[in-house]
Amino acid sequence: MASAPLKPQKPQSVRRKFAPWTDPVAQPLISFRNVVKRYGGVVAIDGVSLDIYEREFFALLGPSGCGKTTLMRMLAGFEEASEGKIMLAKNDLSGVPPYRRPVNMMFQSYALFPHMTVSDNIAFGLKQEGMPKAEITARVEEMLKLVNLRGLEKRKPHQLSGGQRQRVALARSLAKRPKVLLLDEPMAALDKKLREQTQFELMDLQQRIGTTFIIVTHDQEEAMTVADRIAVMDHGKLVQVATPAEIYEQPNSRYVAEFVGDVNIIEAEVTRAASGDIALKSDVLDAELRLAQRADVKAGDRVAVALRPEKIRIGKEPLSEVHANCAQGVVYDIAYLGDLSIYHVHLDNGFVLKAAKTNLSRQIEPPIDWDDRVNLSWTPDAGVLLKS
Amino acid sequence: MSSEKRSLFARATIAIPFLWLAVFFLLPFLIVFKISLSDDAVAQPPYVPALSFSEGWAALREKLALLDAENYAFVLSDWLYVYSYMQSLLLAGIATAILVLVGYPVAYAIVRSPRGLRPVLLLLVILPFFTSFLIRVYAWIGILSREGLLNQSLLSLGLVSQPLEILSTNIAVVIGMVYSYFPFMVLPLYAVLERMDDSLLEAAADLGATPAQAFWRVTVPVSVPGIVAGALLCFIPAVGEFVIPDLLGGSDTQMIGRTVWNEFAVNRSWSVSSALAILILLVLLVPILIYQRMQLRELESR
Repeated sequence: MASAPLKPQKPQSVRRKFAPWTDPVAQPLISFRNVVKRYGGVVAIDGVSLDIYEREFFALLGPSGCGKTTLMRMLAGFEEASEGKIMLAKNDLSGVPPYRRPVNMMFQSYALFPHMTVSDNIAFGLKQEGMPKAEITARVEEMLKLVNLRGLEKRKPHQLSGGQRQRVALARSLAKRPKVLLLDEPMAALDKKLREQTQFELMDLQQRIGTTFIIVTHDQEEAMTVADRIAVMDHGKLVQVATPAEIYEQPNSRYVAEFVGDVNIIEAEVTRAASGDIALKSDVLDAELRLAQRADVKAGDRVAVALRPEKIRIGKEPLSEVHANCAQGVVYDIAYLGDLSIYHVHLDNGFVLKAAKTNLSRQIEPPIDWDDRVNLSWTPDAGVLLKS
Repeated sequence: MSSEKRSLFARATIAIPFLWLAVFFLLPFLIVFKISLSDDAVAQPPYVPALSFSEGWAALREKLALLDAENYAFVLSDWLYVYSYMQSLLLAGIATAILVLVGYPVAYAIVRSPRGLRPVLLLLVILPFFTSFLIRVYAWIGILSREGLLNQSLLSLGLVSQPLEILSTNIAVVIGMVYSYFPFMVLPLYAVLERMDDSLLEAAADLGATPAQAFWRVTVPVSVPGIVAGALLCFIPAVGEFVIPDLLGGSDTQMIGRTVWNEFAVNRSWSVSSALAILILLVLLVPILIYQRMQLRELESR
């Protein structure tokens, strides 16, 4: 059950090039094969097939009730798949009880044993394994060091702060050196500042120990920060599995585009389709829409175009010589976020486009104010054509 | 409402239980304590000195000087009384131990039953309270006697050839106490088990504990406060129990409640029975203090 010992390593860049999923010969560590989970008549997981690789930091992202937690609990062994197989290191996990799986889980509630000290909590799984006492002591010490909790080993969980409890839970779930660590909304109970800090610590830790991490979260920023790859889920299905950048810049569906980040969705009809140059007539824009994208569409298809606010240029100056990918309107709302401002622009026909602008200067008076008439424009590669 | 008024109101609210205890516990206790220091006499009331505030301060002081602890010395020097205490503690202890062993599985089963069924099962545990305690203890005579239900069943099933002598023995007393105090054991156990986070068991399983190991290493330790609370709720009143040993016990059952009653009603010795009663309180003070400390710790850990 034990894997390679933890070696202290030189800090390295957190997201170095790592993409085993693009390697055709790489063997997945975890493999979901057509997994279905039904509760009575309700389908919670609807035919999921997914490969997760060794050393990967993988995120399951979706709104509550999308099945992400069920998928994780099936891997931990708390739920059995109704159909399909879950493989771990080429072994079929079906019928293997949770206490015999080389997988450990960090619970959303932390689930620390209230009657045990920090040390005893961390040592629980090791004692269960029958590890010799001296080794347990050494391993507990190592874990305390790993999560920066030395000096608190004699405390009981109720004597710790939320952040400290979270660390104990992490140390306890890592103590057995599992092949896979499952993290169920691990930062949901932390405040924003601590959460951000913990996200980076978690990434750093994962890099150092090289364990495969699978995190369940409903927070898209968290998923994008920590994960190598993200699986966006909806109604028990995987909608898209890709790197954070791919998810954000090349969403494969309206659902993903809207769930991850802020987006303008513009309904349109294809008027001309050449490879790498698609022209569309939208219902809400006067100007033509042009996309530099390869997509399998033909004239007359109804599609949607996703346009991220930060990809839209906003300004008061009149546009010169632009006939496509532009719009005009009046600013009716400004969300000032400090680093950038989001402008809600009412087009003349009532449609609202959101545009973001980085606040480059320190001036207090906004360069673009409420009720200003503004011009919006974007490049042909800014939008993404979505067929569903 | 101003903060001053509110604090006055708050203090008044706290004062109510204190006042209640002062009137219905502290005052009677002091009276019993005073009687325990007095001497028996053929008088009305049957002890001297009888304190009276109408005869002036000097007379009162004179009478107070007559009080002494000789009843305590007498009780502690008589083997019969000491034996009575020991037997009370022993029988109450056995009954409490059996209650833990029987009550825990019941409470556990109720917690593990479907959510909708739990209130019904809890009601069934409390249901006997709807009948008079005395009647229920009397009913046990009908069950345990020589020709009672139990012996008839055992004989007709051929499990015994002779009727068992259970009634009028200490076994009957223990059976009666286990039966009577059962809800007091189940309810605190239920409360603590019901509050336990299910993810603790999942975490234990996740870390390699089989269901049985998780039960012994997590469920049982986490429910210790409930076990202690239930045990003390049963043990403390069981030690001073009078009705059950009197109705179900035999001549060799000399639990302290019965001894107090004997001293009081048969020997008409108010002072010795008072001393006996005060001593029970001292003996029980130890478990009560343990209980209080546990509760305090429980409050801290929330």
